[in-house]
Amino acid sequence: MRPFEYARPQSEGEALDLLNDHDANTAILAGGTDLISLLQEDLQVPQRVVDIKNVDSMQAITADGTGVIVGALTTLEDIAEHPMLADYRSLLDVVDGTRSIQVQSMGTLGGDLCHLPNCWYFRNGYGLLGLEDGESLVASGDNRYHAVLGNQGPAKFVSASRFAPALIAWGAEVRVIGPEPTADEWLPLEQFFVTPKVQSQGISVLEPGQMISHVRLPDAQALVSSTYEVLQLEGLDWPLASAAATLDLDGGVVREARIVMGHVAPTPWTAHEAGQSLVGLPVDEETAGRAGEIAVAEATPLSGNAYKVQLARTAVKRALLGAVDKLEGAL
Amino acid sequence: MAERKVAWKARKDNTLIGQDIPRLDGVDKASGSAKYAADINTAGTLYARLLTFKGGAAVIKALDVAAAEKTPGVRAVHVFNGVDKEVRWDGTIVAAVAADTPEQAEDGVRAIKVTYEAKPHFVDEEDLPGAAKAKRTKPLGDNQKGDVAAALKAAKHVHKGYYGVATISHMCLEPHGSHCEWEGKDKLNVHLSTQNVSGTGGQFAGPLGLDASNVSITCNYIGGGFGSKFAADQWGVVCAQLAKKAGKPVRLMLDRATELKIGGTRPSGFAEVTIAADADGNITVWDSHHWGTSGIAGSTIALSQTPYCFDGIPNRNRKATGISTNCGPNRAWRAPPHPQLCAITDTVVDDLAAKMGADSYDIFMKNLDKTPKPDVYAEEMKIGAKLIDWKAKWHAHGKGGKGPVKRGLGMAIHRWGGRAGATTCTVKIHPDGAVETFLGSQDLGTGTRTVIAITLAETFGLGVRDVKVNIGNNSYPKANPSGGSITVGGVSGPLRRAGLEALWKIYDLVAAKYKVKADSLSAKGGKILSAGKTVCSWKQACGLLGPMPLEVQGQGPKNDGLTSQGVAGVQMADVSVDTETGIVRINKLVAVQDCGLIIDELTARSQVSGGLIMGIAYALSEERIMDNRTGRFINADLENYKLPRIGDIGELVVEMYQPDSEYERGVVGLGEPPVISTGAAISNAVANATGVRVPVLPLTPQRVVEALKGGQA
Amino acid sequence: MRDRDDQDRSGPGFSRRDFLRGSAAAATATAMATQGTEETAAANVKANVFAAAAQNVTLNVNGKDHTVKVEPRVTLLHVLRNDLNLTGCKEVDERSADGADTVMIDGKAVLAGSRLAIECEGKKILTVESLRSGEKVDEVISGFVKHDAMQCGFCTPGFVVATRVFLNKNPKASLAEIRKGLGGNICRCGTYQGITQCALELAKGGK
Repeated sequence: MRPFEYARPQSEGEALDLLNDHDANTAILAGGTDLISLLQEDLQVPQRVVDIKNVDSMQAITADGTGVIVGALTTLEDIAEHPMLADYRSLLDVVDGTRSIQVQSMGTLGGDLCHLPNCWYFRNGYGLLGLEDGESLVASGDNRYHAVLGNQGPAKFVSASRFAPALIAWGAEVRVIGPEPTADEWLPLEQFFVTPKVQSQGISVLEPGQMISHVRLPDAQALVSSTYEVLQLEGLDWPLASAAATLDLDGGVVREARIVMGHVAPTPWTAHEAGQSLVGLPVDEETAGRAGEIAVAEATPLSGNAYKVQLARTAVKRALLGAVDKLEGAL
Repeated sequence: MAERKVAWKARKDNTLIGQDIPRLDGVDKASGSAKYAADINTAGTLYARLLTFKGGAAVIKALDVAAAEKTPGVRAVHVFNGVDKEVRWDGTIVAAVAADTPEQAEDGVRAIKVTYEAKPHFVDEEDLPGAAKAKRTKPLGDNQKGDVAAALKAAKHVHKGYYGVATISHMCLEPHGSHCEWEGKDKLNVHLSTQNVSGTGGQFAGPLGLDASNVSITCNYIGGGFGSKFAADQWGVVCAQLAKKAGKPVRLMLDRATELKIGGTRPSGFAEVTIAADADGNITVWDSHHWGTSGIAGSTIALSQTPYCFDGIPNRNRKATGISTNCGPNRAWRAPPHPQLCAITDTVVDDLAAKMGADSYDIFMKNLDKTPKPDVYAEEMKIGAKLIDWKAKWHAHGKGGKGPVKRGLGMAIHRWGGRAGATTCTVKIHPDGAVETFLGSQDLGTGTRTVIAITLAETFGLGVRDVKVNIGNNSYPKANPSGGSITVGGVSGPLRRAGLEALWKIYDLVAAKYKVKADSLSAKGGKILSAGKTVCSWKQACGLLGPMPLEVQGQGPKNDGLTSQGVAGVQMADVSVDTETGIVRINKLVAVQDCGLIIDELTARSQVSGGLIMGIAYALSEERIMDNRTGRFINADLENYKLPRIGDIGELVVEMYQPDSEYERGVVGLGEPPVISTGAAISNAVANATGVRVPVLPLTPQRVVEALKGGQA
Repeated sequence: MRDRDDQDRSGPGFSRRDFLRGSAAAATATAMATQGTEETAAANVKANVFAAAAQNVTLNVNGKDHTVKVEPRVTLLHVLRNDLNLTGCKEVDERSADGADTVMIDGKAVLAGSRLAIECEGKKILTVESLRSGEKVDEVISGFVKHDAMQCGFCTPGFVVATRVFLNKNPKASLAEIRKGLGGNICRCGTYQGITQCALELAKGGK
């Protein structure tokens, strides 16, 4: 790691103030599970690291009558244990799939949403887009873990966030604060992520000096949900593909279905048509399978990752079946 | 007096040997008290960091370390590869910096300016035509036995297929490295992470211009070696040079990526094979061409043992081609190169069985006459089949169930030598009854320290804790390097010999003092007995030595029956395959393993279950992934170099094959064998479940899904 | 060929600023470098900011306060191992994907390689060494020994701490829960079988 200042703000305003010094060449430290390794590899070189763990307002989970507001510093463990989140099963499925008590204790919701890609070209120093001499190393190289959707531009990495598919399927909003100490804005989480055309765009709409402070989930009502992650290992591992589904059911028949895939595109990937295909139908092997087909119909696999199309299709089918407790016979 | 003969006790007379005895250093390891080379922090220790080449091949055109030398905290810089040197694989060390803190050493590394001129590289080890085009291939032998063409014509069943196993890294959790400290100008103390305590001193002395007698090597604990830590290595010598330059001790451990890249790899092997059998399933033909890489040297797995174990196949063509790649060099990896040979032999036999519509078990059984130990394999197969419930669970290939998840069984067989290594030990008995032993051996985690104590404690009728074990230093009598499963035999033979010689001397003293016959004496429970009655305590007996301790040297190996060699082993796997995701999960693995006389059954079983788990790793998830364009090992971190976790192992059943005939063979090494056939057994189980051979290990979701799409076994 | 090391290791690197806003930061890198000193001085006036230089950090480790002089960029793992000589936690992977650096902080299992030392001021840090006092050891340690849940032993202390924290939280854990809960640690020798048996036995003990 290169030298940096360390700051320990106590409030959101103070955090933003500290983040905006040094022309905002600063980094946010929460759980540390991503940032520290980025610093170790010189993939980020901030002049100051702002440790936001002591900002109390970002720790809380509260209800506001229309839903639940979850602080960005909420850990995976907190999510799993908080009674207000017990009805959001697709979120609990993600915690359950993160098979490391260390990451469950340290990792935060905000950190997950801002986690940079595990793309090995990025991690080996070829930038977010994995370029060498202006050409994509991903396209010509080993892209077994890369995008099968939304990969026609220069970005071919997959979004690392494990919670985003579930949150988007729930219609979550995210509160972005900064850069001015009083600036704050709620926006749909779906609009938070961007597919960069150039490296400097990053993976989200966050500008320097901004951060996520909270996530709002609408009231769970009687909706049901599930996340299915295709994990090669039973322990700590990145999903090869995932899908989350949130269903509004009327007597076993779908009124509305929201399906979002993860780890298949540079952003979480909402499968609108797949969701619509279920309206008016019960969720069963056949309808869920068809929704899976529709979800990946537009897939454009790279040279070495066609298998991921099948994994994504399966994840969608299984997330749907899981949401209605009909998933059986999967490993 | 009856002849005094060196032998192990009769099996029934043992109180310690063959029992489950927890390792002596268990608490020290589990509580963090055990000190590895990576943990040595003598006063003033500096930390080294490395500048490594990141690419396929290049020539260094410019290198400037001036700024590094001026970086605050930096005390010494060493250039491994300077201007005009060619660097030929990813991870090659260019320079090392030692500084007061690791962070300052990193600052120093960053300050080094280096310019490379790229050279062509080739890293695609599976691509034989590509390698030929790049002029990277070389023939590694081609030989014939019998008449393959005629036998193929006569055969009833013929199968042809493609098989392979990817390169893996040793990936020791404690990276390669050392802590070096000078004592004056001419004496060097090295804490080295090594499998070769007795043999590495000279490797420091030579390049440093020291007398070998002035190099002390210490290794009380080593965090994994698996065949990759026999040498001082260039970075070990450089650690000493940095320490000399700085006038302070230096610790230099490889970082994780560099450990994965240059700390040792197991060569890959890919093969096109034709196998044929007569109507009864007797294999009559083997015809193979295999290729792969060991790195720039361009070797692959040995031709001489192809096909593996089934040496007696009468008609055989075999050919090997090496590929020179710009990849980190290979080192011996646990049981070289048996796991790869097994993975491209027993899978082929299994596919032949599938083609015949036969039960794989029957085809293996029928062809055991072509192996070195048909009787042992047969017995072990019967035991294994019971343990995994083969008869009830077997189904024809591809009939693994109706849903997306298919279940299947597979098996494979292996062999190993495990002869005793050459070791000398000193056994010292003090007049107060204290017992200690000295030998320049090492405990890789196999339990050597405990085996040493058990051997002497059993001999003297003492408790395991009554023996003080001194290993891990090259000032002790020389012991074999720990590789090739030669250590347990290597140390136990000399210890038993020396122990008996010492015991007989004590018996003579006791006989004279207490007027009993020396050949009536035995040692048990801390006492010396004559015909079952207590004569005196062990302490009293040792008191008869007078003021000086008794010191005896033991040597080995000898042909006196204490040790022997040669094991067979059988493994069976029960797996489930999710055909929609390509994920393979282990339900159960069974290992039936012979290894002669077992000294500590607890640590012996640990060796076997550990072998199974390393087998699961290379069967299902771990592999080196090279990027063709950049020439880089792109998954050189533990998020992308995937190793199984605690949830990935299923149920492991370890059965030590232990009839009296095994005990009578004496001690045989066990470290290598249990890792050999796991990959083939798992691959066969996947083929049985799905009806499709996934040709190349590891069987990742990608390979499984792609093979299922192909659809053919 | 581009000089990969040069790009990785020196120059302005790949800062968050570059990442988020693009060339502006790179263009002003030189200017920023000269501004750096003044800015640092100014920034230090702000409360709760610690300069990019060695300073006293007080850590409560195994019940005792230790003050070390380290830069903010130094990880807790390095302080424990190099400054306090508590070498039970191991450095295995720069990405901390292996769990060998697991310690307890305020009762949670935390990867010491993913924490800055300065972050941990005011926390109660317990290392594996706290689970042994002479011959008296925590039951997780004795359980690991009994079940031979170790070979080379390098991953073992991290596994012991993870198991201790896991069992504190899940005193009656099932086999399936153990397999999920301890999935953050890697063993290369293959000792998972013994670890599973140890954890299962202690969980059945209902501690």
